[in-house]
Formats: sequence, C-alpha cells, structure tokens
Amino acid sequence: MSRIGKIARRSFLVGSAAIAGGVAFGVYSWRKTPENPLLPGLAQGEASFNPWVKITADRIILITPHADLGQGAMSMQALLIAEELDVDPAQVATEFGPPAAAYWNTALGAESAPFLPGDAGLAARATRGAMNAAFKLVGMQGTGGSSAVPDSFVKLRQAGAMARETLKRVVAQRHGVDVALLRSENGAVILPDGTAVPYTALAVDAAQADPVQDVPLRPASDWRLIGKPMRRLDILPKSTGTQVYGIDLKVEGMVHAAVRLNPRRGALLSHDATGAKAMRGVAQVLPIRDGVAVIADNTWRAIQAAQAVVCEWGPAPYPAKMADHWTAVEAGFDPAHLDKEWRVDGNMDAALSAADVVSAEYRAPYLAHQPLEPLNAIVRYSEAETEVWTAHQLPRMLQDLVAGVTGQKSGQITLHNQFAGGSFGHRLEFDHVLRAAEIARQMPGTPVKLTYSREEDFAQDFTRPLGMARGRGTVANGQVQAVEIVTSGPSPSRSQLARAGYSVPGPDNQLPAGIWNAPYAPTAFRVRAHAVEGLAPVSSWRSVGASLGGFFLESFLDELIHAAGADPMAERLRLCADPVARGVLEAVAELSGWQGPSHAPGQGRGVALVQSFGVNVAEVVDVRMTGAGLRIDRVFCVADVGRVVDPVNIENQIQGAVIWGLGHAMNCEITYADGMAEQTNYDSHSGMRLDQCPEIVVRVLETAPEVRGIGEPPVPPAAPALANAIFAATGQRLREMPFGKFVDFA
Amino acid sequence: MRLNVNGTMHEVDVEPDMPLLWVLRDELGLTGTKYGCGIAQCGACTVWLGGEAMRSCQIPAAEAEGAEITTIEGLGTPAALHAVQAAWLEGQVAQCGYCQSGQIMQAAALLAQTPNPSDAEIDEVMAGNLCRCGTYPRIRAAVHRAAQLMREG
Repeated sequence: MSRIGKIARRSFLVGSAAIAGGVAFGVYSWRKTPENPLLPGLAQGEASFNPWVKITADRIILITPHADLGQGAMSMQALLIAEELDVDPAQVATEFGPPAAAYWNTALGAESAPFLPGDAGLAARATRGAMNAAFKLVGMQGTGGSSAVPDSFVKLRQAGAMARETLKRVVAQRHGVDVALLRSENGAVILPDGTAVPYTALAVDAAQADPVQDVPLRPASDWRLIGKPMRRLDILPKSTGTQVYGIDLKVEGMVHAAVRLNPRRGALLSHDATGAKAMRGVAQVLPIRDGVAVIADNTWRAIQAAQAVVCEWGPAPYPAKMADHWTAVEAGFDPAHLDKEWRVDGNMDAALSAADVVSAEYRAPYLAHQPLEPLNAIVRYSEAETEVWTAHQLPRMLQDLVAGVTGQKSGQITLHNQFAGGSFGHRLEFDHVLRAAEIARQMPGTPVKLTYSREEDFAQDFTRPLGMARGRGTVANGQVQAVEIVTSGPSPSRSQLARAGYSVPGPDNQLPAGIWNAPYAPTAFRVRAHAVEGLAPVSSWRSVGASLGGFFLESFLDELIHAAGADPMAERLRLCADPVARGVLEAVAELSGWQGPSHAPGQGRGVALVQSFGVNVAEVVDVRMTGAGLRIDRVFCVADVGRVVDPVNIENQIQGAVIWGLGHAMNCEITYADGMAEQTNYDSHSGMRLDQCPEIVVRVLETAPEVRGIGEPPVPPAAPALANAIFAATGQRLREMPFGKFVDFA
Repeated sequence: MRLNVNGTMHEVDVEPDMPLLWVLRDELGLTGTKYGCGIAQCGACTVWLGGEAMRSCQIPAAEAEGAEITTIEGLGTPAALHAVQAAWLEGQVAQCGYCQSGQIMQAAALLAQTPNPSDAEIDEVMAGNLCRCGTYPRIRAAVHRAAQLMREG
C-alpha cells in the first residue's frame, strides 16, 4: 500500500470528521521538518534555503507548489515570498516544483476537523492540531478547499524572510559588515555605501551557509505588495494565446491517444475495432479498464477513431433511470440513514409540537464540473521511472496512484504540474491520469498524450452529489423561532476517496456544510445529515456540500421569515449571532441600499448569507420580469476574508464564483437515462453566458480573525439569493434547481 | 493542401474534413487556438477567416484553403499587442485564461466592424463565447476599453 494510504487507512481523511480512535503519532516524527526537495537537484553553486526559494548564478526561482487552476495561485504565492525576499515577482522565475512532503497543506487539516470555525474550545483545538499533524506526517500536498491563501500566508513570507536574512549574513561575512547595517531591495543586498550585491552573485557562498531561522515577519504597515493590485504573472501569456496548458504540451516522440470508456461506468463486454484500425493515422487500439484506447498521430484522428470502435457496454453500478436516483434519496430520510446529527440548539421537539409548523422540501441536482480545458495527461513509462505531465491538485496522491498502475514505487513517478484551464474540483480526480498511465504502461519509452473529447469528459465527470432537504420550523410574534433541516444524499468525500483507495470512517462534514455552521441562533436549531449509498459516483464541485446546503437553509429560512411577516434582511440580522457574519450582512444591506424585498411590481430582490470554508459571504440579487423572461440585473456581494492579498484578483474571483453559482442554478443538471448522463456537451449544460451576466458589485471586508481563501465561498449564497429574489418578484417559490425548469431567464 | 495562416503559406497533408482547429493545433503547432467543445458551443476555437470571426472546429480544412486565416498568434504578440490584448491585460481579465484567445478574437472582430459597441451589441456578439471562470464583467469592460484604445490610435 502507498505511504499515504497506510496512514490514512488507520487514521484520518480529507474533508471528513473522523480521526478514528485518536491516533497517537510519534511526537518526533511529526515535529520533524520534511526535507527540502530542492536540495538533491542543486547544481554546484546553486543555493536553496527552504523548499520555496532557490538561487542560481543567473536566476532567482520561487517555488509555488499550489496548483494554478485559474485562481491566480502562482501569482499569490510568488507575491507572498517576494514580500519578504525583497524581489519583484515579475523579475524572478516561478515554478510549481516537484511533489514533496515539505509542501504539506497547513490549512486543510484544521478545516477538516468537525468544529465550527469560531470554536476555540479544547476539543476543537486538539482535533485541529491532530488533523494538522496527520497532514504533515503524510506530507499531504493539496490545492483545494479554498486553502491556498490560508496555507501560504505565513509560511511563504517566512520562507522569503529566511532566505533574505541568510543572504544578508553571507554579505556581512564576505564584506566584514555588521548585518544590521545591510538592507535588501529588488533582488539585492545593499551595502552601507549603497553598493548593490545581487542575490545571484551570492549563490555560491550561500550554498555553504546555514539558513537563518526564526526571522520575525514585517508588520502590515511595512508591506509593499500585500493588499495592493498585482499584475498577474500569467496575464500576458493568457492575453496572447501563449500560455501553455497541459493540452498544448508536446514531448519529443509522443503519440496521441483518445479513449472510449463505458458511459455507464460498468464493464466493456465486447468491442470491434476493425473500422477504427483502418482509419488514417491510427497506429493501434489498446484494451484498458472498462474501455479501449486509440493511438494515433493526431488528436482529432484519435478521437474520431475512438468513436468508431463498436462497443458493447455492461450495465451501470447505480440506478439506470433518474427517477430511481431521486427515489433512493427520498428513502434516505429514513432514520437508519442518519450520517450524523450535526447541531442541536434548544428544544426542537418541543418547538415542533407547540405551534403551526412550516415545512418545505428542496432538491439540488447532479452537476458537472467541465472546465473549458478538457481532461488530458501525458505519461512516459519506462522501467526506471514514469514521467507525468498534467495539471493536478493532489500531486503526491497522484504519484501513489500512478505507481499502482505502473507497478513502481511512488518515488519513481515524476510529476510536471501544469497550468490548468479551470478545474472547479475536476482536477482533484485521478481517473484520466490513470488511464493515460495504463496506456503508457503498454508502450514503454513512448510518451502518450491522452486528450478527452468534450463528450467523453462529460460522460466520465464525477459530478456534484444530488441531494434533498426537508425543512421544518416555526414562527411567532413576527420572528423565526425554530429551524430544522434534514438532508439526504450521497457523500462526496466517501465517493471521492474510495476511488483513490481510501476508506473513510465517520461522518462526512460536507453533507451538512453551509447548514450546521450557519451563523444563526434561532430559539431552536437542529441539523441532521443522512447519507445514501449506491448512486452515481460523485466528487467535490466548487464549494462542495455548501453548494447544496446553502440553498437548502437560506431558501427555507426565507420561507420562515416570509411566514413570520418579517423583512428578509432585518430578520437575518436579528438571528445572526456571529459578529463577522453580522458585519457582512450589514455591509450588503448598505451596499445594495436594502429597503425590502420588492419595491415595484415585477421586481424583486433576495438575500442569502452562507458561511463556507470559514468565510461569511452575503449576496443580494435583483431580478426583474421582462417580456423575454426573468432578468438578473444586479448582484451585490460582500465577503470577509480577514486579509486581502490582491484586491483586483479577489474581485475577479468573487464575480466568477457568483456567476458560477447563478449559472448552474439557472440551467444546469446532469440526469441519467439508461445509466448514461444525458448531457453530453455545453449545449445542454452551459451555465451563464455573457448576455445574461448581471452587474456584480463587490465589497471585501477584513475584520475576520483569520486569513481565508475566496475561490469557493461566494458560490453557495448565489442560488438561494436568486430563488429568494424570484419569490419576491413573482410570488413563486422555487424549491428545486435548476430554476430554468420553472421560469424563463432573459 | 495549402493554408494561409497569419500571412504565411503552409503546405499540410490532412483529410479534407479535418477541422481547421486541429490542423492549426496539431499540424502547425499553433496552440493558442483552443479545443473546448467541438460543436460551436464555446467559442474557444474562434479564428478569423477573411477577417470574420468563425469557429474553427466547424471549418473543414478544405474549406479554409484560399482564405486568409488569422489566429490569436497573428493578432498580436507579447512584444506587439493588439489593442484588444492590451485592454485584456490592463483589465486583468483572465482567470484560467483558456477561453480568452477565443474571446479576444471575437472581440477584435466585433470592434473591427463596430468601433464603439453598446453593451447590448457586446452582449449579442460575445454570448457565444463561454467562460467557465466567469470573467464576463471584465470582458465587457475590456471591450469598451479596447474601443477607446483603438479610437485613440
């Protein structure tokens, strides 16, 4: 078993609550600092002070190990190192670096602990600490869960500061000058007489120096870069067509591959490749797990030939018809399916027996990720080592899993991580890379470039879970009193990790996400999550569980507020117990000029507040009925991330996440017929297009106590704020996504 | 067959029905033009044929013969940006950036015909170009900015 697998199986898991049995990690082994992966590769005269900084005679190289999926992670990481290293991020080299334990994610473990972000109690702190220890012990390198900024914010500045002080000490020794008299700026140490000694001129001596440890970080008042607009390092290549993505990469001697996989994810019963083999440019047709691969001299020829293979597919390992998926989710409300009761405030049973009970039921569909760059990977297998070129969010787990396919050790797998043309959770999955490895294993020495057609990508997408929720609640004296939400649906964490070979003990904290952690304090509040097995395979989709949970809770709360005859904003403010969340709501009320949910016939506005990944985000959506249908005019969004790294990028991320949330709520779902996804391309699963895009006004607050990430948190409030706006405009309460099934959007 | 791409004649030996997209990417190595959907739904493969923005995934190679083909690489370069690219850069439009070649080619074609487009005209022309990251607000602003840059010359 892999090194990660061994520990994971007996101890911890990503995105779930359990640390089964409180595993005792040797204090020594987890306190030990993982080795610097850059050291073995250093040439004579090159220096590396820590895993993030490398200096050669002609270059300063910053290692930015978080995958860049379009969120600007490379630029953000470079900025944080540069802040303390005193270099211009645009004037130095940046690389993703090799997979390494040293790049373990310091933020994701704590986030996986089943405690509210504001919980500073002993159990919460102990569990977060244990999760972090587990992540460090296995070297869990990963990009996801909006954790790139929180993981990087302190440690990358420390890396820059340590490197800077080491370089200054080298100069101090070389020139016999007190280190306190030295400054640093723009990639050079400055002597008292003003002479600049470039860092690159210090590489040879620095290679012999012991890195200076424990350098204090500069106060915020001294920051040159953090909090100011940065020109993204990738903005020029991405504006000129010169950015090279995995799909654009060429490796000497490579062949092109396309696959045809069972669209029901079952077995391949038989196939006939006679026609495909006769097509121009086709070299061979190879068997792979549950499908076939075509090797050709061009991407298009490979894809055409894969389509020409006649295949007989086995049945799906899940219900063939969509109605049966929903039936299973409905059956999941049976108490036997309880995954965990996540929150019990007040006396819910008494509340529900004492008054008229408001109840409602909600549904959220399966959704595909479908970033615009189709899945692809290049793999070259040889007996000694296997090289992989692809964009991936979990580099070390990828090494383990590829090694499983090639029959090698993880250390024999080299990953060259690539810029991704989007992900939204798609590149947390391994299947496409393992397919490429399976093909390459059959062609030793030949680099195989596997490119999925869009249709194959849709068919094999591990979607967002579908889910349902039942809400019950009471109102009295114009106020919301009791709120209960029970959810039912498949567990994304268990489905996802099972594919990677990990069993997941304990409940999945993504099932109640966006509900149990809501910053509200009604008189009684109860949240239960039920889990359903045996449905289509599912995965993490931008904002994961909160993309359903936020819709469920904020829609039902809106119904209760309406039943109470209260104002949607005022009553949320009254219920809001968390000062940060309250500040966010107050700011969005002010920003939007909130004066009630409807101010003219046919117009409406809705509000929603959802906390996910530790970030409170509130959105107000304005809609208007037009002759052509319902038009979304404006969205106001306020988020509190504690500290803004780049004000331009965060606005872009927030606007994009709002569009992601709205677009999928409007017109997207994956449905199954005959065991196959019925949506095969963007014509049937498009999301928002530019002509439907509202004006999106953004304000970011910095009052939260911890620095947080923004890639996902603005997604969950978008759908319920839209549904609540539609209710305000039309009186029609939409309890099921996509809303386009019930209203036309202009 | 012979294809005129960015002012250079290329001799290619491909099936007449191979989409121009794949000739550009796999045969000529011009990878700035992107494959997104293959069915004219996303616009990532947008190029110009005779100055008109078209989906290269829908153009059989044989039909492109004799036409002046312009790709993102021919519109401008990092050292000599087209006004639309300069506006895209200034507005920090891209996130993942994968759709942006197509967005830029579509926007540049729009501005060539409509130098000062209204929001409604931008919406109509750009609606065919999908951006999964949701950079639409910045695309709208950048089209207006590019129009201004082009007016200022």
